Amino acid sequence: MLKVSDLECVRGERSLFKDVNFSIEAGEFMQVNGPNGSGKTSLLRMLCGLSMPAHGEIRWCGNAIRSLDEEYHNSITYLGHLNGVKDNLSALENLRISSALAGNEIDENKAYNALQRMGLGGREILPVKILSQGQRRRVTLARLLVCSTVLWILDEPLVALDSAAVMLVQSILEQHLEKGGMIVMTTHQDINVAAVVTKRLQLN
Amino acid sequence: MFLWVIQRDLLLAMRQRADVLTTLFFFIIVVSLFPLGVGPEINMLRSMAPGVVWVAALLASMLSLERMFSSDYLDGTLEQMLLSPQPLSLLVLGKALAHWLVTGVPLVLIAPILGIQFNLSTDALLILAVSLLLGTPVLSLIGAIGAALTLGLRGGGVLVSLLVLPLYIPVLIFGAGAVEASSAGLVASAHLSLLGAFLLASLVLAPWAAAAALRISIE
Repeated sequence: MLKVSDLECVRGERSLFKDVNFSIEAGEFMQVNGPNGSGKTSLLRMLCGLSMPAHGEIRWCGNAIRSLDEEYHNSITYLGHLNGVKDNLSALENLRISSALAGNEIDENKAYNALQRMGLGGREILPVKILSQGQRRRVTLARLLVCSTVLWILDEPLVALDSAAVMLVQSILEQHLEKGGMIVMTTHQDINVAAVVTKRLQLN
Repeated sequence: MFLWVIQRDLLLAMRQRADVLTTLFFFIIVVSLFPLGVGPEINMLRSMAPGVVWVAALLASMLSLERMFSSDYLDGTLEQMLLSPQPLSLLVLGKALAHWLVTGVPLVLIAPILGIQFNLSTDALLILAVSLLLGTPVLSLIGAIGAALTLGLRGGGVLVSLLVLPLYIPVLIFGAGAVEASSAGLVASAHLSLLGAFLLASLVLAPWAAAAALRISIE
C-alpha cells in the first residue's frame, strides 16, 4: 500500500538520512527509531506530504502521493508534535471541528462518546486552555477514535500521557491494526503494540 | 467543510472579542482624529473624507492580517488543514471570508456614521458604504496572500504591510474615487464596477496564490 524508495532528507547542507526504503501493507505496524535530530519527524512529514523529499519517492497504492494529493489525504491521519487544538474552544468543539476539517463530519453523540472513552468525561465543554497538557493530548488522540482513515502517521503520540492513557492508546492502535489499518509512529517510550507484522526502522 | 472553517473562525472571534473590537476602534479613532486635527473647515473636510476613511479602512484591515494564519500555524491546526481532503484554496477562501466578516463588515456598517463628521451628503455616504462593501473583501483576500507568505517569519507584521499595502493601492484609488465622484455630483458607477471587477479577480486568484504560499511557508 505505502511504498517508500530511496528517500533522502536534506536539512541545510547536511543529509539527515538517505536510501531509506520500506513498504507497509494492511495490518502492519512500523516504529521509527532514532536519536534526537535523526530526522524522524522530517520522515513522517514527508510521508504525509507536508514536505518534499530531496530525493526518492513515496507511493500510495502505486501512485506518487504528490499526484494523489487530496485523495491521499482522505486515507491518512497525521498527529504531529503540535496538538492542533484551539485553546479557546471546548474539547467537544475541537474534536468535531478537526474531524470535519479532515473530511469526516461527526455528530455530538459520537464526539461525546469518543471523549468519554479518552477519559475526558465531564470536561467536554470546558475550554481546552484550562486542561492539562496530558488532557489536551487526549483531546487530540480522540480523533483516532472517530476517524475512518487507513494509514495513521503518529509523531510521538504518547508525550505527556500517563500510564493508563498509554495503555488506552495501545489498545486503540491494536484495534486499528486488527481492522487492517496501518500505523507508522515514532516514540521514545516503551509500548508493545501487538501486530501481525511489526517493522522497525532505525535512523542514525 | 467550507462552512466549518467559517463557523470555526467566527466562533474563535466571538471568544476573543478584544481582537475584533481593536480593529473597529482603531478605525473609528483614526477617522475621527482628522476633523479634530484639521479643524471645522467644512469644504476641506468634505473633500478629504473619502481618502481619510479609505486609508483608515486599509490600515484597520491590515492590523488583524497577521493573525489570520499565525495562530493556526502555532497550534498545529494549519498543518491539519493542509492535510484536509478538501482543496486548500477553498479553505483559504473560507478563512479570508471569515476575516472579512469579522473585520470588514463592521467597518462597512460604521463608516456612514463616521462620514457624518465630514459633512458628506446622504448619497455620498451611501456610496461610501457600497464602495467599502465591494472593497473590503478584496483587502481580506489580498491580505491572505501576504499573511501566508510571511507566516512564521520574524517581524512578519511589518513585512506583511510592506508586501500588501502597495497591492491595496488600486482599491484605494477607486474606492475613494467613487465617493469623491458622488460628492462632486457625478455618477460613481464606473468606479464601483471597477471595484467589483477587482473583487471578482481576487476571489478567483487570491485563494489559489495564498494556498501556494502556505504550502511553501509550512515546509
